[in-house]
Amino acid sequence: MARKLLLEHDNKPGIQGLEGYRANGGYRSVEKALRTMSPEAVLEEVKKSGLRGRGGAGFPTGLKWSFMAKPPGVPRYLVVNADESEPGTFKDRYLMERIPHILIEGMITSSFALGANVSYIYIRGEYFYIYRILERAIEEARAAGWLGKNILGSGFDHDVHVQVGAGAYICGEETALLESLEGKRGNPRIKPPFPAVKGLYGCPTVVNNVETIAAVVPIVNDGGEEYAKIGIGKSTGTKLISAGGNINKPGVYEIDLGITCEEFLNSDEWCGGVQGRALKAVVPGGSSVPIIPAELYFKTAAGEARLMTYESLSDGGFATGSMLGSGGFYAYNDAQCIVRSTWNHTRFYAHESCGQCSPCREGTGWMEKVLHRIENGEGRLEDIDLLWDIQRKIEGNTICPLGDAAAWPVASAIRHFRDEFEYHVYHPQKVKDPKHFEKTPFVRKPKTVAA
Amino acid sequence: MPKVTIDNVEIEVPEGTTILQAARMIGERDKADRHVVPPAMCYYSSLKTSGGYCRTCIVKVSQGSTKDPRPMPKPVASCRTTVMDGMVVQNTTSPELLDARKGVTEFLLINHPLDCPICDQAGECHLQDLGYEHGAEGSRYEFERRTFDPIDIGDTIKLHMTRCILCYRCVKVAEQLTDGRVHGVINRGDVSEISTYIQQAVENDFSGNMIDVCPVGALTDKTFRFASRVWYTKPVDAHRTCENSKCTGKVVLWLKGNEVLRVTGRKDQWGEVESFICNTCRFDKKDVKHWTVEGPRHLDRHSVISANHYELQQKQKLLTKAAPESTPVGRPKEIGQG
Repeated sequence: MARKLLLEHDNKPGIQGLEGYRANGGYRSVEKALRTMSPEAVLEEVKKSGLRGRGGAGFPTGLKWSFMAKPPGVPRYLVVNADESEPGTFKDRYLMERIPHILIEGMITSSFALGANVSYIYIRGEYFYIYRILERAIEEARAAGWLGKNILGSGFDHDVHVQVGAGAYICGEETALLESLEGKRGNPRIKPPFPAVKGLYGCPTVVNNVETIAAVVPIVNDGGEEYAKIGIGKSTGTKLISAGGNINKPGVYEIDLGITCEEFLNSDEWCGGVQGRALKAVVPGGSSVPIIPAELYFKTAAGEARLMTYESLSDGGFATGSMLGSGGFYAYNDAQCIVRSTWNHTRFYAHESCGQCSPCREGTGWMEKVLHRIENGEGRLEDIDLLWDIQRKIEGNTICPLGDAAAWPVASAIRHFRDEFEYHVYHPQKVKDPKHFEKTPFVRKPKTVAA
Repeated sequence: MPKVTIDNVEIEVPEGTTILQAARMIGERDKADRHVVPPAMCYYSSLKTSGGYCRTCIVKVSQGSTKDPRPMPKPVASCRTTVMDGMVVQNTTSPELLDARKGVTEFLLINHPLDCPICDQAGECHLQDLGYEHGAEGSRYEFERRTFDPIDIGDTIKLHMTRCILCYRCVKVAEQLTDGRVHGVINRGDVSEISTYIQQAVENDFSGNMIDVCPVGALTDKTFRFASRVWYTKPVDAHRTCENSKCTGKVVLWLKGNEVLRVTGRKDQWGEVESFICNTCRFDKKDVKHWTVEGPRHLDRHSVISANHYELQQKQKLLTKAAPESTPVGRPKEIGQG
């Protein structure tokens, strides 16, 4: 049985409530930090732990915290990004639903390190029932003195507020989230200035993912060095992976970063193997990361076994690699159609583009229309090149990463599964049936990819 | 003062200048260097926080600064990026950048109705200029173009949402110039539109400036609607003492004979108005007797309106002077350039 840091007690009775949480060692990190440590010492532990942002980008958390400007007399904020809107990702939902207090505990400890007296949880509108769970947990914590004035007699004041979004994907982008939190239209801001300098209400702000903040709890409890012992290289600690798609055991799993990809997919402890048929492709980190074919999932282009780490999954760049992203893992068996899946992703991004900058606003809609045409058997061969050209002109030319997120799945699908797109063009009658690969799976010609 | 090199032309600029502003300074210093100035569809120097949306002004930064000479990984919006000492910027000298800009132009045009023959903005439209300079000869977009339900926003301003490129300039005008903003952007993605919340008129003393700042024909003057093509009108500078203290009364009258067809603000060589004018001057004073006419307006933009200005031929010689070491790819169109 693998080690669990965040989900250790997720099935204990009463863990949702404060009493049950305390009985299982809850709020120890707050006691430790506020009674025995200075804010700088907490920051130092987080730095030592090598914790990286769990929301997708994988930016070192300690470094992000140390960028926070500290002008005198200006309030600072911690904002927790619970707008988990990446398709395929549902880890934060499970964590907040099962153990809401671990998030609140992490927020108190992190805010102590950052010197923030008010922190916010920005939660997506679809998670309204979790909003109720969090509100109840905050009430409990406040009544027990974990929130409010002078926590544990340390002189540190802290309060947590929950804000519900209205269900826009773009509000998971940190500056759009801040705009939305301020009550404005959720358009991403143009950076610089970064939120660490000018964030919520123009004050220095740190925006972190739910899982990142929750991971601060074991880091403070056991020490950063202990946490850094788990994992390989710069990928330290444990990571929640929300596994889905054609696997036998979908669910949220906590893994040690550094297990092999093959073990994660085939071991009974995790995904339990691919459902029924052969594995075709894998999206290892949520819908916006590049899709990779089965052979590149198990082995890197250099022939080494691929590991579930930030570095190993992105080995080979986008030509042969992908990204760990937010940990929204999903597998495709050979009955699935990559074109259909790509169209579905693109439709999502076209719907969720905020419409602020032109390449993303116009380009995503265009890609969606072209993909829809190919998937419905009305495509032409030059449409594939057109798609490639559109995604190339979106990527890197937009204000926020949504443009990149929309372009990467299309680019990787064409890069690795071009023959499947061509099949759609050559066999328009066959692909009109939405389940066209169920009876006769599409057989890819094995392709040699240069390292 | 930081020194920046744009397309091999060097200039020293004050701290905090953006790349676009630095490029315009180069262009103002020597007309022959105007090719270094990136096109801008959403940036407006007199409107705060404008810019960054349209992405036409993207440039390649091939050296970040003297201190940190690494190139920037992606093209940056020149209107929102401040220069650093020793920065090296490529605008028309980088073929990849021009390709990216061509892409942005194409994106702006795929849903544009291209109804220039019936559009009042034709002849002074920034999107036309952009299309001529950076667009392709045809579109690869084969789907039905997006349309919107028409919205009436009052007696003086006509909103054609299908032509809009969502530059947000009119929103900034309403926010920064007028007493209260009643319109904004609703919806998202490729169906986002400029609209008023629960249909109402946009009415206040300075709302007419929305027309001047609009780079395309999305917002046009209802009192000028279908009156004449702009290139048949004769622009003259004029002024009057305006009762409104915020209005300078310095305008351009667009005449046909002695008839005032339209009143607009004075636009500089970058297509931006020098000072904003009030709605009384714009819509109500449609008679030459209200105005002191100063003389013909010199139009300094490569636009159809300036086509009959023969002094251009003199300038043409200056403009065709080759830029040092620049590739011929990125030279803007030579003909008709002001």
